[in-house]
Amino acid sequence: MSSVKVELHQKDVDKIKAIAKEHHNEPEELINVLHATQEFFGYLPAEVQEIVGEEMNVSAAKVFGVVTFYSFFTMTPMGRYPISICTGTACYVRGAETVLDEFKRQLNVEVGVTTEDGKFSINCLRCVGACGLAPVVMVGDKTYGRVSPDGVKDIIDEYKDAE
Amino acid sequence: MQEKIKVTINKKPIEVEQGTTIYKAAKELNIHIPVLCYMNLKDMGIEHNPGGCRMCIVEVEGARNLPPSCVTKCTDGMEIRTNTPRVLNARKTVMELILSDHPFDCLICAKSGTCDLQKMAQDLGIREIPYQGEQSTYREDTSPAIIREIDKCINCRRCETMCNDIQTVGALSGIYRGFEAVVAPAFEQNLEHSPCTYCGQCVAVCPTGALTEVDQTNSVLGALADPRKTVVVQTAPAVRAALGEEFGMKAGTLVTGKMTSALRELGFDYVFDTDFAADLTIMEEGTELLDRLGKHLKGDKDVKLPILTSCCPGWVSFFEHHFPEMKDIPSTARSPQQMFGAIAKNYFAEKIKVKREDMVVVSVMPCVAKKYERSRKEFSVNGDPDVNYSITTRELAHLIKQANIDFHTLDDQDFDQPLGESTGASVIFGTTGGVIEAATRTAYELHTGKKLDKVDFKQLRGMEGIREATVDMDGTQVRIGIAHGLGHARQLLEDIKKGKSQFHAIEIMACPGGCIGGGGQPLHHGNSQILIDRQKALYKEDAGKAIRKSHENPFIQTLYKEYLGEPCGERSHELLHTHYFDRKKRWIKK
Amino acid sequence: MAKHKMNLMVCGGTGCYASAKGDLVKALSEELEANDLSGEVQVITTGCFGFCEKGPIVKVLPDNTFYVEVQPEDAEQIVKEHVIKGRKVEKLLYKHPHTKERISDSVHMDFYKKQIRIALRNCGIVDPESIDDYIAREGYQALGTVLGELGPQKTIDIMKESGLRGRGGGGFPAGLKWQFAKNNPSDEKYVVCNADEGDPGAFMDRSILEGDPHTVIEAMIINGYAIHANEGLVYIRAEYPLAIKRLKIALNQAREYGLLGKDILGSGFDFDIQIRYGAGAFVCGEETALIQSMEGERGEPTVKPPFPAESGYRGKPTNVNNVETYANIPVIINKGASWFASIGSKNSKGTKVFALAGKVNNVGLIEVPMGTTLREVIFEIGGGIKDGKKFKAVQTGGPSGGCLTHKHLDTPIDYDNLIKVGSMMGSGGMIVMDEDDCMVSVSKFYLDFTVEESCGKCSPCRIGNKRLYEILERITDGKGKKEDLDKLRNLSTVIKEASLCGLGQTSPNPVMSTMDNFYEEYEQHVTDKKCAAGSCKSLMSYHIIAENCVGCTACARKCPVNCITGEKKQVHEIKQDLCIKCGNCMEVCKFNAVTII
Repeated sequence: MSSVKVELHQKDVDKIKAIAKEHHNEPEELINVLHATQEFFGYLPAEVQEIVGEEMNVSAAKVFGVVTFYSFFTMTPMGRYPISICTGTACYVRGAETVLDEFKRQLNVEVGVTTEDGKFSINCLRCVGACGLAPVVMVGDKTYGRVSPDGVKDIIDEYKDAE
Repeated sequence: MQEKIKVTINKKPIEVEQGTTIYKAAKELNIHIPVLCYMNLKDMGIEHNPGGCRMCIVEVEGARNLPPSCVTKCTDGMEIRTNTPRVLNARKTVMELILSDHPFDCLICAKSGTCDLQKMAQDLGIREIPYQGEQSTYREDTSPAIIREIDKCINCRRCETMCNDIQTVGALSGIYRGFEAVVAPAFEQNLEHSPCTYCGQCVAVCPTGALTEVDQTNSVLGALADPRKTVVVQTAPAVRAALGEEFGMKAGTLVTGKMTSALRELGFDYVFDTDFAADLTIMEEGTELLDRLGKHLKGDKDVKLPILTSCCPGWVSFFEHHFPEMKDIPSTARSPQQMFGAIAKNYFAEKIKVKREDMVVVSVMPCVAKKYERSRKEFSVNGDPDVNYSITTRELAHLIKQANIDFHTLDDQDFDQPLGESTGASVIFGTTGGVIEAATRTAYELHTGKKLDKVDFKQLRGMEGIREATVDMDGTQVRIGIAHGLGHARQLLEDIKKGKSQFHAIEIMACPGGCIGGGGQPLHHGNSQILIDRQKALYKEDAGKAIRKSHENPFIQTLYKEYLGEPCGERSHELLHTHYFDRKKRWIKK
Repeated sequence: MAKHKMNLMVCGGTGCYASAKGDLVKALSEELEANDLSGEVQVITTGCFGFCEKGPIVKVLPDNTFYVEVQPEDAEQIVKEHVIKGRKVEKLLYKHPHTKERISDSVHMDFYKKQIRIALRNCGIVDPESIDDYIAREGYQALGTVLGELGPQKTIDIMKESGLRGRGGGGFPAGLKWQFAKNNPSDEKYVVCNADEGDPGAFMDRSILEGDPHTVIEAMIINGYAIHANEGLVYIRAEYPLAIKRLKIALNQAREYGLLGKDILGSGFDFDIQIRYGAGAFVCGEETALIQSMEGERGEPTVKPPFPAESGYRGKPTNVNNVETYANIPVIINKGASWFASIGSKNSKGTKVFALAGKVNNVGLIEVPMGTTLREVIFEIGGGIKDGKKFKAVQTGGPSGGCLTHKHLDTPIDYDNLIKVGSMMGSGGMIVMDEDDCMVSVSKFYLDFTVEESCGKCSPCRIGNKRLYEILERITDGKGKKEDLDKLRNLSTVIKEASLCGLGQTSPNPVMSTMDNFYEEYEQHVTDKKCAAGSCKSLMSYHIIAENCVGCTACARKCPVNCITGEKKQVHEIKQDLCIKCGNCMEVCKFNAVTII
């Protein structure tokens, strides 16, 4: 069961209402609204989904059904430096799995989980379209190409002390 | 009319209308293709054909794949084979796959014996599961009325269709995807924390043991075994029209007398009839209607009209969740189950000199929501509920079978008195249109002071989801609306809110068909003719009754004389009326 | 563009962008500014040139100099030498791998020689954020022809005659699809561009949208006019921010120019386009799932028929084509159906874009005529296998496709041939594999993808693929049994025949094709418990060859779990029960004393 921790302020509720209104409160626009809402909150906690549902005239169950269908939507906050490892085929045949394992080992977290200090989270994504640089890793918007397990530490170090 | 098209199925030629599915065409040829997710309640206008289970696949000449017959339409000249080795192997393999992700506790499953999956596995002769692997597991959820054991869910999505498209309750949705995909409430919380009304339509259509009612038969047996307890049972009108099906009788067989015998044999001290309370409901609700109507006709602008019936607990939950702003409009009369409980534990307990706490009231209901209704706090006195246990028609059948009672050879017996006497008006409470017809019979006579000779209001009967009729009460034109199925109820309420419809009185029942199609009834397995037969049975019983107007029930008259005073009087208000709550709140459990 | 004497075209594709160690465009612009050349020379960010292997790429116009692997620090030299003095920067020119000769014009490079660029014609050539650039290259000319001369039916006839087939996977004739949508009468119709490229290892749609968004817009308007639709939607992956940005710019430009909106080019035809975002579900590439998703639902496919042409978005007739299909259309109108039909093979006309990747020297985006052989693509355009290894297989069609082998190298690539040999075109991913790739693991990789991406609606796909994956996992873990191979076969057949949508119907292809072509490899895993490619860790172990070991202790020091024992100058030993098979010992040993068994 998704645990619930978030206390929403009125201004957050107003923000969701505004986003819904921009999309004409049209149930058809649910996915676009969820995109905009996730962009604002960083993730989609249950409380947020419930208000989205109310505003879009869609049941909370349905909103949850949509959120859990699409891998882009997340119900847990990502790290400040989200690490995405491309596991597309080109990256796979060039060793993406070993790179992923190394990230998991060094950060001591599983895929989809955020480190305790909230800094890093690991996710897999499918083909960023930079197959020439396989294996590819992204940290936030920045792309790293031809990453080997040995290079993992350097990437992490780049962000470890940054604040 | 469109031209017919010709197809062959297993080399047998047939002509069908354009747009006919392969499944339906095959049925006409008596070729029964197995279906799991497909459901067609054609008389209710409900068809569910996602094409997901893939059990009904067939071979079509020239097609690359094996199309699902439930949703694939015939085209002219199509050559269809339903039983080639290729089809049979594929079907068997798909079944083996479904079983590989299904718990193996058939013997102790609540659905054992009535489970579509089990039956189909038997029909296909599955003797081993070659593709074993991880099984998808989920948390079990027990609410006051419904148990969700969704490890047993096969993703037919029928419940989702009932909950969203038909009932518009929105408690359930498909969640996750792939191997984890399943149907659940928002955030995988318990049903209790969802807008679920416990109408039980999800339970009624679930082909497996994933959704079942909370079983209270053991508690009932416990009460029966306890010598200190006086155990009183009441049976709802729709039960007698369906119970026989559990014993192999034809749908629509009336088994009132056998049911009464069986209950006595089970050891109930008093076998009463909820119908008695239904007559009482009419007295209260009818009086309330006439009161409001009278004020309205005199030009009182504050009076709330239309009056809405309040017998159905699924419907009550529905407006509390979805239309709380209208919570002053429904009648305040309690449902027959609760009226019965209150009268039994007060009037009757006093009469037979049994202490309230030594009396156990059991109700047999066609309904799952009644389990929830009986648990509502306002229907308890010092923690002692007016109705202790509510069991469904199916549960009663289990009790009878457990007790080695041969239902078929039972003699016909009558209910006990005084709470067993009822009129034809109360019997038809079990079907859509019945409550309002019963109310009309009484309201007419009370309003006009004239005797009503023709008691059949045919304009109020039928199976259409939303019906409208006008009843001439000696010059006063009373406009009546009827809806069954919560989706239709929503439509009607939206229209009222928009000012599109003007009614004086509206009857609403949560389940398609009314209580005859309740979530606690023997499973109809997607055959809506069964509901129609049950409905006919109730009208037949009504027609055969000597007294057909509630206010003429002599025991009701005595009850008012001896105990209650007058309808909607002080004591009635205390025991027979209730109030409603705004339940539109955020459901997330803190 | 004309007012500038010279243009520096900097590839803005993701590959090049990511391989630049800094902001190349900024470096070049600043260098030009410093030399007071900003008025004469312009830096333009273009779409993908395709040659991702050698990125970042900068092309100088008008002399067509093609610089590879350009970094910001090279900006000074490019400006000082090439721009000012007219001397090409030799070290940034492509070096032929064998002749070592420097080549300055891309047309002479093996990578480009066999390519014909129709869909990618403008990528790397126009500034994707300039409608004028597009117009200067015959942009919106086809639209003018269609609106002014051809009319709807003739346009569809041209599409039919051209033989263009859908580039998204199925290969359904586009003209026929349009005809169906046109023939279904309705007050509302829709045109949808499928830009939900989800195939892991394909990025052509992204490159087209990033490099030439107007071609898609133009084709969609033509499509709308031909089938009588007034509304278009682009369903695009939210993971493609650059493509989204450029598409939005292009849409606004087209509106400003009166190419979208009311009464387009005075024809009386109204049309506009809106964007809907995908949210990470591969199945939404399937058109019925895509429509569900556009309606705000879970992207679960629906049974066909009815096809979208009959009942699609909002239940109205809808035509769905993918980005690459659309990118061909303006050219077909401009150059004629017979021109297009003259390219390609008998039943597959025109070209196909492939994302060539994996163990091949020249990774990149290529466009070749249908009928080109796999050998030409891999060994000529692709420059052969990386690191001198041996070719083993090529996977086409992504998770829906199959692994082809030596015997298929001379198969001309087209829709029908690929299906005949057990694979499919798919959206055009082409992954080359070498002797180190284990075919059982590769099919497991694809099944892992399918299991994760299955929507779960139909039983064979939801449960069957999971079981397929589990069997493959058993096999690669060394726990496979002989009967597992029969189970794989039967399950694959049933999933293929009984699944609801294209995803399920093709998901067993990687298993079936590898079983067809590499059956002995499966057998080896199951009976000998061996993985010849050395990629299944459970099936291999590291050992020290006593006669080669000199006892240098390098391996013991590098071992992360301390499972190597042995005194200095003594033969070492690997404790098998502790070994995690990381391979560090083998990598670090200078005496070839570590071997895999």
